[in-house]
Amino acid sequence: MPRPSLARRALLAAPLLPLARAARAQAPRELLNVSYDPTREFYREYNAGFAKSWQAGSGQPLRVSTSHGGSGRQARSVIDGLPADVVTLALAYDVDAIAGRGLIARDWMGRLPHNSAPYTSTIVLLVRAGNPKGIRDWGDLARPGIAVITPNPKTSGGARWNYLAAWAWALRQPGGSDATAGEYLGRVFRNVPVLDTGARGSTTSFAQRGQGDVLLAWENEAHLALQEFREAKLGIVYPPLSILAEPSVAVVDQNVDRRGTRAAAEAYLRGLYAPEGQALAAKHFYRPRDAALLAANAARFPAMDLVTVDAAFGGWGQAQRSHFNDGGSFDRLYRPGR
Amino acid sequence: MSAALALAAPRRVRAIPGFGLAFGITLAWLSVIVLVPLAALAIRPWELGPLGVWDSLTEPRVLASLRLSFGAALLAAAIDLPLGLLLAWAIVRLRFPGRALLDAAIDLPFALPTAVAGIALTAILAPNGWLGAPLAAAFGWKVAFTPWGVVAALVFVGLPFVTRTVEPVLRDLGAEAEEAAATLGATRPQVLARVVLPALLPALLSGFGLAFARAVGEYGSVIFIAGNMPMVSEIAPLLIVVRLEQFDYAGAAAIGLAMLLLSFPVLLALNLWQRALRRGRA
Amino acid sequence: MTPRPAIDPPRWLHLALGGLALLVGLLLLGLPLAAVFTEALRRGWEVASAAIAEPDTLAAIRLTLLVAAIAVPLNTIGGLAAAWCIAKHEFPGRRLLTALIELPFSVSPVIAGLVFVLIFGMQGWLGPSLREHGIQVVFALPGLVLATLFVTFPFVARTVLPLMQEQGRAEEEAAATLGATGWQSFRRVTLPNVKWALLSGVLLCNARAMGEFGAVSVVSGHIRGQTNTMPLHVEILYNEYQFAAAFAVAALLALLGLVTLAAKAVLQRLTGRATGPAP
Repeated sequence: MPRPSLARRALLAAPLLPLARAARAQAPRELLNVSYDPTREFYREYNAGFAKSWQAGSGQPLRVSTSHGGSGRQARSVIDGLPADVVTLALAYDVDAIAGRGLIARDWMGRLPHNSAPYTSTIVLLVRAGNPKGIRDWGDLARPGIAVITPNPKTSGGARWNYLAAWAWALRQPGGSDATAGEYLGRVFRNVPVLDTGARGSTTSFAQRGQGDVLLAWENEAHLALQEFREAKLGIVYPPLSILAEPSVAVVDQNVDRRGTRAAAEAYLRGLYAPEGQALAAKHFYRPRDAALLAANAARFPAMDLVTVDAAFGGWGQAQRSHFNDGGSFDRLYRPGR
Repeated sequence: MSAALALAAPRRVRAIPGFGLAFGITLAWLSVIVLVPLAALAIRPWELGPLGVWDSLTEPRVLASLRLSFGAALLAAAIDLPLGLLLAWAIVRLRFPGRALLDAAIDLPFALPTAVAGIALTAILAPNGWLGAPLAAAFGWKVAFTPWGVVAALVFVGLPFVTRTVEPVLRDLGAEAEEAAATLGATRPQVLARVVLPALLPALLSGFGLAFARAVGEYGSVIFIAGNMPMVSEIAPLLIVVRLEQFDYAGAAAIGLAMLLLSFPVLLALNLWQRALRRGRA
Repeated sequence: MTPRPAIDPPRWLHLALGGLALLVGLLLLGLPLAAVFTEALRRGWEVASAAIAEPDTLAAIRLTLLVAAIAVPLNTIGGLAAAWCIAKHEFPGRRLLTALIELPFSVSPVIAGLVFVLIFGMQGWLGPSLREHGIQVVFALPGLVLATLFVTFPFVARTVLPLMQEQGRAEEEAAATLGATGWQSFRRVTLPNVKWALLSGVLLCNARAMGEFGAVSVVSGHIRGQTNTMPLHVEILYNEYQFAAAFAVAALLALLGLVTLAAKAVLQRLTGRATGPAP
């Protein structure tokens, strides 16, 4: 019989090739915003408005796509080659990680006002209807018999803010030190029955599955949960002290230069600081940077004493190393024998 | 069975042509999709150095998660054995209304996306779910958000493997052997113990092995129901994800490699046992 | 198709076992399915159908079908070739090859996705040079196809191999004596003998290809309307608190799976013969 030709063999292996070509970088009139979980509703509305105003200004049609997921996973996808034009992540540490691989200029934080965080948020306590367990402040979370729901700080950016907010509170208590804070968080986490991998998972466990007495949540997530689970009649407790969460945004330099989308990407981020962007952020319960707008919304954003990660923990790199990396303070909470 | 028959068949008479092309396709397919990717997995951890790999695997949390993943997978596969056998037997030997439906439903865990299975199981077994609420009220049992939730999810994903491996053998077995044994005066328990079970054992082992292998690595369906408490209900695949969150690719690959190497002896032992059984019967 | 054994268990035992089997099936398989459909229809039929008609959902459905349409034939060809080599030929390393084919079953889906990122990602072996040529593998269709190929790899081979082995080599050897080429004997002799086992393997492979979550999640990038497959879209909708919509898409996926399974059952009944063991 005739030997099977090489061509026939090649034919069998060929189907993958055209696919790879078809998936070449998309046309430049598309913008990809890689973001974290709780920003879905906000960016859906912002994208529509931005695409319209960009087309009005430049005459080019533009389509903005978004990708959402845990902040750390999203940063890793960008590092691994997800062609993001802009990243809007939960914490500066994740943007730093991308900058560390050379995709974003190292001085990204200074390129936009307010540390490149166009809106802020904080961590609040979400409780059941009528607050039956009388939860008022961080100290109540460590009481015996209180079940606390928070996602896993190892997999969720929001959970890291929760953890640091509680830690910062413990440091401010009389005689507070790293030792007392660690001991306090140990008691809090003994009250945690479920550690979901993401913030949205925790909200579902709390609101839909009826787990726990209190949920530690982003301020905007707490408001969203009030709306989504109206029949549960949840309530928000604002602790006197919490943390100033500054979700960071940055243009991914390497990608926009390759795709020719820098102008659109930069305009997209600048728009977040413009009055419409700020108003939209406030509408979705992010605290706007615009002081006048914040004052006008004082009823929706009660004044709280908000500490920053830089002041209380010496920046995100330091906080990540001493608390969340392998062997950090969070791991020590779960050492056997404790 | 099939191996026994293949062994009994006359050793090769003459070669069947066409081996070259088929073998070429097989090797290309195997290399591109399985061997090269797994080579990447095998090479990546050693960036840490041998000591680094050892340290990253002997952390208490990693050890606890490996214990849970392997323990729960073994337990789930063991639970799947009688359940899967019962279902296979019902499909093959029983005539009852709804048999065809049951037959089709057995493959459901294959068809349902694991994440959906996880969410559905959580909804059912959560303390306020259809089954979770009565279980908690009647016995004080808590399934979801405990290691038992992990086992429940793994029983679900592994079940079709046992049923579908046993079913054809059961069909093949027919009634002749049993009847013959009965004619020779064997009692029913004797027939079961001496004829039916030994014939089914190799298939049961193979089904057990497949269910176990699938369960060890399962992620999507477990993650919603496990509770994910470190040292208690945290599965090994979750720790891989945790390591990736820290941009620790090598550490993540190390756990993946360890899981692969750990499941290998289990599968090998099952395989050898199976082969010994077949030899004994041939 | 199945002779009733003469030593049937007593009737009460027969009934009891049948009832038990139904109960197990109902609890273990029926309940999750019922949960999916109840949740899907909680807000009514309109919400469910609107969720499916949404453009992003339609894009996810198209992508899922496309991925399956590429991955399943490739795995069918590879699986058939491998099974044929192992069952009909003698060569060193046959047992090793058999073991290697099953390997993907014991690899965690998370790892299955990760390995392709390790190779084709920007931090991986080939990523940077692929990017120079403008080729995107991970976070695009090729990555989704590769991950799906990996997790569904053993199904066809595992279903067809036992039957091929059981049937031995006599017929093919006879064909060879009569001067048939390898392709002819494969097409005319081997293939007809295993066609129903093959079909069953292809359907299972397809069901798993459409439902895969873990591996695909790692290589997808989760871009709405572009790289979201149906299972990933379910997760997204769920995370947006659109529970009814999420379960509607999940129900559609389950239906797709059930339809293929029902097709298999019908074909089996039509031919009235048992197929080889499923994996």
